[in-house]
Amino acid sequence: MGRELQFEIFRYNPQKEGDQPRMQTFKLEETQNMTLFIALNRIREEQDPSLIFDFCCRAGICGACAMVINGRPGLACQTKTKDQPNKIVLHPLPVYKLIGDLAVDTGVWFREMYEKTESWVHTSKTFDPTKEEERMDNEVAEQIYELERCIECGCCVAACGTARLRDDFMGAAALNRIARFVVDPRDERTDKQYFEIIGNDNGVFGCMGLLACEDVCPKGLPLQNQLGFLRRKMGITAIKEIFRK
Amino acid sequence: MQTYYSDLLVIGAGLAGERVAVDSAEKGFNVTCLSIVPARRSHSSAAQGGMQAALGNCAKGEGDCPDVHFGDTVKGSDWGCDQEVARLFADAAPIEMRRLAHWGVPWNRVVPGQSFYFKGGQKFEKYEKPENEGLITARAFGGTAKWRTCYTSDGTGHAVMCTMDNRCAQLGINVLDRKEAIALLHDGETCMGAVVRCLRTGQLEAFISKATAICTGGFGRIYKATTNAVICDGGGHIIAMDTGLVPIGNPEAIQFHPTGIVPTDILVTEGCRGDGGTLLDVNEERFMNIYEPEKAELASRDVVSRWMTHHMREGKGVKSAYGEHLWLDIRHLGDKHISTKLREVDEICHHFLGVDPRTELIPVRPTQHYTMAGIRTNKDGAAYGLKGLFSAGEVACWDMHGFNRLGGNSLAETVVAGGIIGAKIVEFLEGYETKLKTEIVTQECKKQEQRIKDLISGRNGSENVYDVRNDMQEALMKGCFVFRNGPDLEETVETLQKVLERAGRVGLQSDGTGVNHELAAALKIKGQVKLALMIAKAALDRTESRGSHNRVDFPERNDAEWLTRTLAYWKEGETLPELQYEDASQVFEIPPGERGYGGGTIIPADEQFVKERTIKKDK
Repeated sequence: MGRELQFEIFRYNPQKEGDQPRMQTFKLEETQNMTLFIALNRIREEQDPSLIFDFCCRAGICGACAMVINGRPGLACQTKTKDQPNKIVLHPLPVYKLIGDLAVDTGVWFREMYEKTESWVHTSKTFDPTKEEERMDNEVAEQIYELERCIECGCCVAACGTARLRDDFMGAAALNRIARFVVDPRDERTDKQYFEIIGNDNGVFGCMGLLACEDVCPKGLPLQNQLGFLRRKMGITAIKEIFRK
Repeated sequence: MQTYYSDLLVIGAGLAGERVAVDSAEKGFNVTCLSIVPARRSHSSAAQGGMQAALGNCAKGEGDCPDVHFGDTVKGSDWGCDQEVARLFADAAPIEMRRLAHWGVPWNRVVPGQSFYFKGGQKFEKYEKPENEGLITARAFGGTAKWRTCYTSDGTGHAVMCTMDNRCAQLGINVLDRKEAIALLHDGETCMGAVVRCLRTGQLEAFISKATAICTGGFGRIYKATTNAVICDGGGHIIAMDTGLVPIGNPEAIQFHPTGIVPTDILVTEGCRGDGGTLLDVNEERFMNIYEPEKAELASRDVVSRWMTHHMREGKGVKSAYGEHLWLDIRHLGDKHISTKLREVDEICHHFLGVDPRTELIPVRPTQHYTMAGIRTNKDGAAYGLKGLFSAGEVACWDMHGFNRLGGNSLAETVVAGGIIGAKIVEFLEGYETKLKTEIVTQECKKQEQRIKDLISGRNGSENVYDVRNDMQEALMKGCFVFRNGPDLEETVETLQKVLERAGRVGLQSDGTGVNHELAAALKIKGQVKLALMIAKAALDRTESRGSHNRVDFPERNDAEWLTRTLAYWKEGETLPELQYEDASQVFEIPPGERGYGGGTIIPADEQFVKERTIKKDK
């Protein structure tokens, strides 16, 4: 016999007239190697088919199932119940718009972020299919990939003090995205151009340095290092601009 | 009701869908992409290993060229593929990889000098030429003659998906997430878009378009044990099949992967074996070298899956609470290799098993992995049966994989086929206007609204959708898995027919309001059982063994009778699919021969027939 787990789950379906936000209790017997993916699906299929939550890859690769698990943002698919107490409290991520129960709208938030950061390689070169590829140092390629590992789960933003206070703060995911293009030699943007995007309180200078983003990142991305790196770069750019005037 | 118009509607925004969209958008056409999840969460992003393209830059890839890649693909398909398509693919792959590099993919690059690699647990040395420094490098994969698999550490799918989605954002392509297509709009001849359920509000919407492309990936989730994401549930196949006009090609061709972890069936990459990992049995002894002395762990996936199943049946499996399994051993690759090149594997072991692969063995078993089956298209990606309907990627039977897909060819197919078919869609759009018949939109939307009302009210019955789904999955695992035989398949067909009846009596237990998952499941359950029946019936009728389709009672590959592709249609009101057949390939660049692995005898095709179809490629 496994433990009897008690799930306290946030419920609210905005599409249902008169529905009120509330917590609902479910009970489930723990089985070996149980994750929240297994548990939530069992609850939905066996106890309450109206329960709303998101899973996609269920393997920690896609970021769909981020939620607040016993007070801490994380991926439900890679949370093993055996690492949790008997009582497991689940809330949807804050900051993002609520879809229903545990599901939030990360898609729109991240699409806006791509547009703000112009999340693509800015190059004046055109592709020539008859030519050999442009060469790149392998270490640089690996450095870029290190920053591109972000799965856009939204945990960093949900855990961020500034993002909770201000809607327009870009958050660690956006700053990490910019850092990815800064290290990419194919991107021809100048520091001044990056400064236009992130050189303000909505960007690098808005961070309070609470470090929660990095603490909760399920991929272990060096988010604070990137912020420090960009801040120094943007600081220098700002000073240069002052002297130019 | 909200109605949207576009030149091109792409259903599915994984790599194939977005790549298809890009060409039309570049040419100034208005493109809308629909996706159940934000595009970057697509199952494409889960592919760890890499993409095959014959660049021939690295030492072990020297001498590689599209001809060799083509040959591997045809052999890999067990001569089930369309050779014209395999040729288009192999020729375009290197260009497409370079294009991806131009758009921003951080491919791993050639590092000159001496380095080491592992094969079969042994250490070997190689030397990379200085003149190739910085070019796109490649790694070894099962079933390939050369190292040809381009990669970005072990997050190739993720990295390429990011770049592709960036490209879509740059071009201003309207990528709408949380939208699920539940029916096509068509008049029996022409496709003009789709009826879509919004997964934010639960409302129905109409998407009207000149051309429609279905790029929704595989349908692994109709199996109980699958490596596929939960969104890979056959939604795209179902809306095409439901027209009764579009056939599913080769439904019996389902691939199983040797290394799904137990119990969650999350895939650990073939790169583990490519880089020198070994498979061990209950006695912690290697066994693949007994069955496949030459290639051992690097033999083709279906071969490895079969020998693993065989070995477990011989009593060499490891018993566990979740059934039997075997071990994957990567301990000897060392900390540095595991924490860099196989980091995702390391994380999977840690997060889902609590196992450290540096010191412990990984429990694995064969698991459903890939659907070679799919919406049958011609070599331009145009679906059979409906004008204006296209399909690309895993959802399609284009058909370069035939009866077995090689590792690294699927991820490559998404972008290579997406590019080729995207260009063909541009040609189509350039010379095409359509007449919009509003009554078709109205009728179809009403029909779908009625379906939803009936499910909510329980008008057809009160069967539990999850119970029905479970019985379908169990039936497939029993009869349509790695090994197949006549009596079991007959039983599976009968079982599934009963399940289909019950699927018709599903009624919701919840009220179905808003983004209700039970409703989403109920809307597709009948279609899923029909797909399952297509697999079982086609597998029952195909009395031979080819690629992943393995009939214990018909062990030969029978080219005399079965050098064919199955076309499965579901006509309205029927209880079984209608099966038709067409020749697997109109031409042979490589006439049918030994696939070079897995043994088995071949009943040869008629010599005259082969001779007539064999062409010499001008080079």
